Amino acid sequence: MKLYCLSSDASKPCFVLSFKELLIMLDCGLSAHSVLNFLPLPPVPSTRLASLPNYTPPHHNDPLLEGELKECCGRVFVDSIPEFCPPLDKVVDFSQLDVILISNYTCMLALPFITEETGFKGQVYATEPTLQIGRFYLEELSEWVSASGEDSGAAKRWKEAVHVLPPPLADAVRPRAWRRLLAPQHIARALSRVRVVGYDERVDIYGALDATAVSSGFCLGSANWVLRSAHEKVAYVSGSSTLTTHPRPINQAALRGADLLILAALTQTPAHNPDHMLGDLCVHATVTLRGGGSVLCPVYPSGVLYDLLECLSAHLEGAGLAHVPLYVVSPVADSSLAYSNILAEWVSATKQARVYVPEEPFPHAALVRSSRLRHARALHDDALSDFRQPCVLFCGHPSLRFGAAVHMVELWASNPLHAIIFTEPDFPHTEALAPFQPIAMKAFHCPIDTSLNYSQANKLVRELRPRELALPDQYAPPAPASSSAPPPRETSRPHISADVPTLVVRRGAALRAGTRRVAARATLSGSLAARVAARELRAGVRGAPLRASLSLRDSRLELHSPPPGAPGAAPAPPPRLQCAPPDVDALERELVRAGATDARVERGADGCILHLPRHDTLVHVDRLATHVFCEGGADVRQALRRALHACVPHL
Amino acid sequence: MPDMKITPLGAGQDVGRSCILLSMGGKNIMLDCGMHMGYNDERRFPDFSYIVPEGPITSQIDCVIISHFHLDHCGALPYMSEMIGYTGPIYMTHPTKAIAPILLEDMRKVVVERKGESNFFTSQMIKDCIKKVTAVTLHQSVMVDNELEIKAYYAGHVLGAAMFWIRVGSQSVVYTGDYNMTPDRHLGAAWIDKCRPDLLITESTYATTIRDSKRCRERDFLKKVHECVEKGGKVLIPVFALGRAQELCILLETYWERMNLKYPVYFALGLTEKANNYYKMFITWTNQKIRKTFVQRNMFDFKHIKPFDKSYIDNPGAMVVFATPGMLHAGLSLNIFKKWAPYEQNMVIMPGFCVQGTVGHKILNGAKKIEFENRQVVEVKMAVEYMSFSAHADAKGIMQLIQYCEPKNVLLVHGEALKMEFLKEKIEKEFKISCFMPANGETCTINTPTKIPIDVSLRLLKAEAVRYNALPPDPKRRRVVNGILCVRDNRLSLLDIDEMCDEIGINRHIIRFTSTVRLEDPGPAVKTAEKLKNLLSEKLEGWTITISDGNISVESVLIKVEGEDDSTKNIYVSWTNQDEDLGSYILGLLQSMVQ
Repeated sequence: MKLYCLSSDASKPCFVLSFKELLIMLDCGLSAHSVLNFLPLPPVPSTRLASLPNYTPPHHNDPLLEGELKECCGRVFVDSIPEFCPPLDKVVDFSQLDVILISNYTCMLALPFITEETGFKGQVYATEPTLQIGRFYLEELSEWVSASGEDSGAAKRWKEAVHVLPPPLADAVRPRAWRRLLAPQHIARALSRVRVVGYDERVDIYGALDATAVSSGFCLGSANWVLRSAHEKVAYVSGSSTLTTHPRPINQAALRGADLLILAALTQTPAHNPDHMLGDLCVHATVTLRGGGSVLCPVYPSGVLYDLLECLSAHLEGAGLAHVPLYVVSPVADSSLAYSNILAEWVSATKQARVYVPEEPFPHAALVRSSRLRHARALHDDALSDFRQPCVLFCGHPSLRFGAAVHMVELWASNPLHAIIFTEPDFPHTEALAPFQPIAMKAFHCPIDTSLNYSQANKLVRELRPRELALPDQYAPPAPASSSAPPPRETSRPHISADVPTLVVRRGAALRAGTRRVAARATLSGSLAARVAARELRAGVRGAPLRASLSLRDSRLELHSPPPGAPGAAPAPPPRLQCAPPDVDALERELVRAGATDARVERGADGCILHLPRHDTLVHVDRLATHVFCEGGADVRQALRRALHACVPHL
Repeated sequence: MPDMKITPLGAGQDVGRSCILLSMGGKNIMLDCGMHMGYNDERRFPDFSYIVPEGPITSQIDCVIISHFHLDHCGALPYMSEMIGYTGPIYMTHPTKAIAPILLEDMRKVVVERKGESNFFTSQMIKDCIKKVTAVTLHQSVMVDNELEIKAYYAGHVLGAAMFWIRVGSQSVVYTGDYNMTPDRHLGAAWIDKCRPDLLITESTYATTIRDSKRCRERDFLKKVHECVEKGGKVLIPVFALGRAQELCILLETYWERMNLKYPVYFALGLTEKANNYYKMFITWTNQKIRKTFVQRNMFDFKHIKPFDKSYIDNPGAMVVFATPGMLHAGLSLNIFKKWAPYEQNMVIMPGFCVQGTVGHKILNGAKKIEFENRQVVEVKMAVEYMSFSAHADAKGIMQLIQYCEPKNVLLVHGEALKMEFLKEKIEKEFKISCFMPANGETCTINTPTKIPIDVSLRLLKAEAVRYNALPPDPKRRRVVNGILCVRDNRLSLLDIDEMCDEIGINRHIIRFTSTVRLEDPGPAVKTAEKLKNLLSEKLEGWTITISDGNISVESVLIKVEGEDDSTKNIYVSWTNQDEDLGSYILGLLQSMVQ
């Protein structure tokens, strides 16, 4: 078993496991941190952004670099269509992948980069909500990133000059590998490859093993994967949550006792408790609205959004602000809101109980009916013709580099009454806001990341008792400093500390993991089993020689009664297990019976020698072996064999 | 162990009161727990005393599986769980769990309140019963206990209908419930993978029918309805609240829209809105088309179809009314029927199967006069039309399912004996597998091959693969392994000889033979060895022959050449007891060379 790591972002993981001659990709997360280095793409042209000054690095003379870089408040940005950081493509040949298993929709956005135009021929498995909501995410991204620019003008030159640029551009990791989002038809084709599975459904992977998606409690349809063969078990835990939110709770029992546990996508904001953050958000929103300002929440079109709508609407009602309209603006807002209400089988027990009434599991359908919640495809949509302020507006993208949120920040940045509240944990909010500086509107950071935090993850690992644990290097204990002194307190970061053998993987690494296989599972037919008479060989162990015909179909082994030998030919005798030296006296008697009467025996300390001078033959007998030096003819040897057979004890 | 027993308590050569007992591998499973709509006495429920004459039933049944919400499949469940006292696990899909209690309550009202029967389960009992149900999702593999596993497959038929795959040890069974192999206006077609069960228990309602194309039937239906209302007649369509009703509503709705008709269409009050809400909520269980378009337009929001009020019965003029229940055995549909039947411009369309004993069954068989319990006699002058809209698989569909899942045996239930006979013959002829059709109370025993899990040593397999691959390819050649079967803690493994020795902690005693051949061959010994090797390679084609330091090895037979330059060489040939054949062959070869 071998484990490859293809992603440097532990919250957007991508692993490949080679096991039983299969290559299994676990998640294909798309790291979007790279987009923060780009200038925002406004949905309508912005004079402010257009008039930002060009930046030229000092002491660097490259006319081709002209116009690629702009400066805003001391930060340098690339003026081009934003690029993303897909998983490493040099370590594993994507055309050789057999299976891709996806844990949740936040970890699948690089799928088109893996499956399209790479010769990929395998299967992709995900739960139904993962596929649907993943589709919303990708469609939203592709609408924004492709709608706002023609293909030309891709800035490339700056990548050659990274070393002379100021940070954070100077620290960009492998910018040459960054890529633009693929075209919509590629995305559609990639998604059409996905096969939908349910929780606890055992998916047969080419007969070699079973893969099962089990609930991970993080978001609608989020799953951990359990790979099982007759003797081995691998658990892949990615994006799990032990908190109670809208999805089905985590199924821990299925993950227990794995030979290898791979842990990924823990919380990105371990210092923030999501419950407190949700409370803070409600308070900030109420204060802002009371002051006559509006609230902007840059969010993804699904996930925590549902919880935000539920909590915030209830809180505002309690605060006497029930008249404040809530807007969700996204190209997929209508689908996302409608879709969430038909996923009864994927939500928590309390939400599920509502379906039996029958009522929608989420309250946002009722909010839409009562017109408190409006949704629109875009800001210029007719549905927003009576746009009222103050209001709460949910729109993407959380990076503030594209989507409706760009326009809203441009519009509201100068007004100190308004507030922007960051809830998605994927991007540092100061960096997200950097190209809009200076701003007067209030900015709050209330990251809500329900994934496992480090103490929850440590507890989980202890309870699951894996034989071996694999972690991205970000989660591993910091390497001890070279000197004997312990690292200074302030640099020690939260990490996973488990008392099981731990593999630390970093991007590009390939590590050997798990135990060696010694046996394969087969089935023995009843008729063959009935013919075997096993004898007790030792207390508790019985055995018997077995000759069986082997059939291999769909990678499944079956043992049947052996074929009858060719007519006339005697079937090959079963193998014999001689377990002790022959009794020499008995051997002598046997030889006499066979006509060899001249045997002489010399006994030594650790064995004896039996001499047949007439047949020019010596038999050495010691504790572990009997060696016959036979210079006589074949008949003599056969006679000796028979004699030995008769008196060497065997099982 | 290798036997499985199947006893239908209902639905054996019969339709209605589906209830099949399955026992295999020491587990007893009840498949469906339905009631018979044609009876008013104790015959309407399965005969639970068959399972255990008296005493607790729970210990006799490991689980109950309900395939879908039709009352002939779940109607006796509250009776069994609340009145007989079964407390074990009950499984059904989420939509079934949501909808079944509504239908049960509906039926209870008809039985208790209209017919005034006592000794029937109460509303509270239905609620308590449903609370005990474990809901399953499609394809989820549920471990009922350590040995019993079940898995649901999509069955079409009605919202939430499922087929169940059941496994105990190496034995497996698929029970279809009712299913439908062609997609209709709101549901998809049943699907199952090639799970190769030992037994397929399939319904056979339409065992002899090959239905004409769906489109024709729909056009026929619309034409009849349109003609009737055009002449001012009233059309009664008795339906069950959920299922077929929704499909027909979609059909009429689109037709009314297209033809711009104004005749009123009513749907019996009560269940309509709720029913449609269930369809909205469980839209993932409907077909692809509805699922794709539901965000823009929900197919279950009807513009032309209005709720019905009892006072409309006597309204003059044309109208179309959907009323429950579907077999005209009680309730509103029967009341409307009594009023409208004596007029010949009216029409009743029976869109589904009617069990024996119901008014629906009688009029379909051409009865012109119906007598009711209170001596009331109704003359039937209205047109009676039967349209097979019941979403059951037809003969072709059943054969298709058999082809899909490749069972080793088939057992027919939920159909009429004569028709079953026909299908049974067809299955046995076409698939060359045995087919059974037990009657109610009759036990059918099926033998299944035993399969015992065993761990085979990889070393043994690899050695076999090397041997096999070394031979020229021949698809007919059987692969054979020779090993030692080891039984330890009731676990079987097949080991090679050395592994077995390790396993039982003994040292192996090796018997080895060595013989010498003398050869006159001047020159260094290494040269002689080279020559021998070349010679052997010629003679022993296909064997691996290697040479190192003047030692030749042919597989596991060793050959060593010794002797001074320019003198006679001693060639030692040495082999272990197992390699006697090869060893003596090589020895003979060398000896013949020398001479």
